[in-house]
Amino acid sequence: MLTVRERWTGIGGSAVALGAILVFIAAAVLALLLFQPASSGGAIFTSYTWNVLRFTLLQAALSTALATGLAIPVALSLARRPHFFGRIWILRLMALPMGLPVLVVSLGLIAVWGRQGIANDLLLTLGLSEPISIYGLSGILLAHIFFNLPLACRLMVASLERLPGEYWKLAASLRLTPLSLFRFIEWPALRQVLPGIAGLIFMLCATSFTIVLVLGGGPAATTLEVAIYQSLRFDFDPPRAIALSLLQIALTGLVLALLGLVKRAEENGTTLAAPSRRFDGWTGTALVWDVVTIAMAVLFLLLPLLAVFMSGLRADLGRLLTSSAFMQAAATSAAIAVASTLLASFVSICIIKGRLAVTDLRDAGKAGRTYRGLLGASSSLVLLVPPVVLGTGWFLLLRPVGDVSCIAPFLVSIINALMALPFVMRVLEPSMQTHHDRTSRLVAGLGISGVWKLWHIDRPVLLKPALLALSFAMALSLGDLGAVALFGSNDFVTLPWLLYSRLSSYRTADADGLALILGVLCLLLTIAGTFERPTERSGHAAG
Amino acid sequence: MQQDKQGPDIHLRDVRLRLGETRFHFVGTVQGGCITALIGPSGSGKSTLLNLIAGFDAPQSGKIVFGTEEVTKKHPSHRPVSLIFQDHNLFGHLDLFTNVGLGIHPSLKLSAEDRRQVSTALARVGLAGMEQRKPATLSGGEKQRAAFARALVRHKPVLLMDEPFAALDPGLRSDMAALLVELHRETGSTVLMVTHDPDEVERLSQRVMFVEGGRIMLETSVSDLGEHREIFAVGRFLRT
Amino acid sequence: MRRLTLSLLLAINLAPAAMAQEKTLTIYTYESFTAEWGPGPKVKEGFEKTCACTVNFVSVADGVALLSRLKLERENTEADLVLGLDTNLAAEAKATGLFEAHGLTTPAVDVPGGYSDDVFIPYNYGHFAVVYDTQTMQNPPKSLTELVEGDPAQKIAIQDPRTSTPGLGLLLWVKSVYREDAPAAWEKLRQRVLTVTPGWSEAYGLFTKGEVPMVLSYTTSPAYHMVAEGTDRYQAAPFSEGHYIQIEIAGRVKTSEHKELAQQFLVFMMSPAFQNIIPTTNWMMPAAATSEPLPDAFSRLVKPQKTFLMDPKEVAANRQAWIDEWLTAMSER
Repeated sequence: MLTVRERWTGIGGSAVALGAILVFIAAAVLALLLFQPASSGGAIFTSYTWNVLRFTLLQAALSTALATGLAIPVALSLARRPHFFGRIWILRLMALPMGLPVLVVSLGLIAVWGRQGIANDLLLTLGLSEPISIYGLSGILLAHIFFNLPLACRLMVASLERLPGEYWKLAASLRLTPLSLFRFIEWPALRQVLPGIAGLIFMLCATSFTIVLVLGGGPAATTLEVAIYQSLRFDFDPPRAIALSLLQIALTGLVLALLGLVKRAEENGTTLAAPSRRFDGWTGTALVWDVVTIAMAVLFLLLPLLAVFMSGLRADLGRLLTSSAFMQAAATSAAIAVASTLLASFVSICIIKGRLAVTDLRDAGKAGRTYRGLLGASSSLVLLVPPVVLGTGWFLLLRPVGDVSCIAPFLVSIINALMALPFVMRVLEPSMQTHHDRTSRLVAGLGISGVWKLWHIDRPVLLKPALLALSFAMALSLGDLGAVALFGSNDFVTLPWLLYSRLSSYRTADADGLALILGVLCLLLTIAGTFERPTERSGHAAG
Repeated sequence: MQQDKQGPDIHLRDVRLRLGETRFHFVGTVQGGCITALIGPSGSGKSTLLNLIAGFDAPQSGKIVFGTEEVTKKHPSHRPVSLIFQDHNLFGHLDLFTNVGLGIHPSLKLSAEDRRQVSTALARVGLAGMEQRKPATLSGGEKQRAAFARALVRHKPVLLMDEPFAALDPGLRSDMAALLVELHRETGSTVLMVTHDPDEVERLSQRVMFVEGGRIMLETSVSDLGEHREIFAVGRFLRT
Repeated sequence: MRRLTLSLLLAINLAPAAMAQEKTLTIYTYESFTAEWGPGPKVKEGFEKTCACTVNFVSVADGVALLSRLKLERENTEADLVLGLDTNLAAEAKATGLFEAHGLTTPAVDVPGGYSDDVFIPYNYGHFAVVYDTQTMQNPPKSLTELVEGDPAQKIAIQDPRTSTPGLGLLLWVKSVYREDAPAAWEKLRQRVLTVTPGWSEAYGLFTKGEVPMVLSYTTSPAYHMVAEGTDRYQAAPFSEGHYIQIEIAGRVKTSEHKELAQQFLVFMMSPAFQNIIPTTNWMMPAAATSEPLPDAFSRLVKPQKTFLMDPKEVAANRQAWIDEWLTAMSER
């Protein structure tokens, strides 16, 4: 129940936001298309392209299936035990992989699963002489599981925690077995969020670049993103890059639509209340199962990160931290992260308000629903637009206007904000939706509005999801190299860029140290994002 | 599992529990085969008492006994108890048949006889032919009726209810109360029902249990309740 | 000219702006050249002493990005000079029409393979080489043939010719040695290739982490470990057929307003003042005489008996076809 004015500002604001996104992308694409290529790149639809395309979709599909499939038992176990020591740290750990540069995590994974890794050492001591090799499809899948299982897991846990507490009491009273509990309560809840989660992961895996090249083992493992990068950075053939990008957007979008994965998971997100008490899983078997499941997931996530941390500790951290290069890069990274996070949040809120406003229209009809869907789809499909295309296109556009070193920070902030948009939306939208449903009538009835409403009605409820969204977006931007890589300039060095530059001049120890620092920064952000005020944990049963 | 026609007494023997800063100490008996109204101010411990009997909270000391059988250490799923809450009694994504059928077999392995029983129970509460409906398409009253239907097929000697009619409008409440009384006449189970509504107390319960400050202050028959007006809170509850 | 907005946004101290009366020489180069430990700072200092000007480095990721940047900017480029392309990119760079002949004689320049050009002047070079870990590899391959035909259990990490210059270097090296048999050689070598990384950094990272005993790098790579880390653990393997060379070059830009200054820099580049800096900062071999002897470690580096260098035009004409050939050989199941 919104006032007419609120409704139209909502719809208008979202239209402007959506328009801005589309114009930003279209301008880059046009700039590249209008650029006369120095050399013509030949046919787009060669057998090479088809092979690349097939592999892109195959690995993305497998990665998505495995990451979401394996996340289910972990999420179930975590949701079944809402109050154990260290649980919050496990959830925080799950936010870490997203925020680290992909190469750093890949090296961590290699330290565990590689030829000289812990896993193979273990197999050797067990008497198995044939080491497992992660190079090839298996390595790509492993890395994609590592990055996306935690994401899926967090979103699933949130959806399970939102089930009414009565369900668990009823389940206990009805003597539901673990299997029927899964069949009748947990699975139906997960089934609602799975398409959204799977769609997100599919897009992330389909556009994977570094993982595919480092762990792919050879050119048989090539994604469209690699081909796009090659055509733009190495061959400098903008029309070809655009054609491949459009192919990537269209085909991945089509696959998602066919699988019904574009549908946003409206319900997922963070819970507003503390998780309900659970009365299942009290048998010894269930306890062992949960402990083993959670422990395996934690080990799987923790070991590669520990490897990164351990090698980081060997670096001269004191010197690194006090070097002017580091401080400058840290300041740049922080500024970019803050700017892109604020931008992503602002755009997200505009879009969400627009979606709420359309929902609020009782006579919205087909046009309204279409607009609502368009808002949702475009805010998640931006993930499929290669940052290298956006960056190069805008470089072309802005080059005549001014100095690149001035433009770069703004462009990188905008691109990072776009890439963070789907994540921010995913965290914020369900909370804002629920909050809107619960309070809008009351607020309208009392005639509350403006800053007072924001502070007294919205802030207490939305602060937590907002913090989570902000920390997520910041970590994402902090670890990002993709957009930055284009604008290398002496004045514009971010932390991941500094890390890469150390690595490219033999300074591995420094790079390890920087990886550790980045990891710690991301962890701090995660802690800030999952900050919990010490609340009274008692009263839930009284009354 | 077939039970006696008469539900068991529920004995609370020196049951102590502490949740945060709040202490509870329950001593008393819920009369078997009766409908007992559980009344008391907000935060007095009514829900906690229900949770203790159902097994969702474990006492730090003391014993809970159903008839002659001690259940203190038993998991909720092993207590002969049915539950009805104010809300969320039905799993939202399952149809009525499944929701009620789960009361008979937790994996929904139902014989033809069981299926008939589900349909009969639904008809009994006035929901005949609505097996395929999802809870979202039902009114509040219909949802509570379905919850009754499930309690019916479960044949448990104890029924615990936490403000089952609080969310319904007055007309529906009296209908539901009538239904409850009728069903209780058939099952003879021990019913303990949290309520805030004095009319409900008089209309359907035989006994009243008054809880305040984490203790059972009074357990008496409804007809005798008037004699206890000296307890200030009871008086306030009866609005006299 | 930097804008106030940027300084405010980044809240960092930018390099002091050029004084108005001095000329500024803008040099486009790659990132590791201008890094604090790279040659850039010393080169800037050295040249500024002689020229009454300010050197302004603008750096991008690598040589390839350098060329892409120029293609993007075309005549609008601010570059007076471009430093950091290599001979494989030379033909394409010339094709942009952005470069101008240097107009100098280059008697001081001495690089294996005898590269000489009227537009570009070499400033350093390195031979591609297989660098191996002496702790895990006792018998490194002694030739490209041995590398190709050796024990597949002994792995190597290489770079992708589609995205990196060393990757392209290896492609040309194999092509130089095997000619039309190159695809067959790649199919064999494929068994030894642990993985193909997008750039040099990833492959070298795998190598120094002990994941793979061999990596495609440069003959000069061991010098870094010997000089900076004091360890002989990593060594380059001399190959009997010879090594492919990477020659890094610099050239003047046509649209520059300071062409004479740029030419002056090219002269400086060939002088010992510049060349002395190269070995221990860029970890490459100087392209002209130095006035100081090279560090000891350099005398212990592999000195290739034969140098392969393809004509840049041939590379430009065939690169795509050869990459396709490589893709096919490496992708077949």
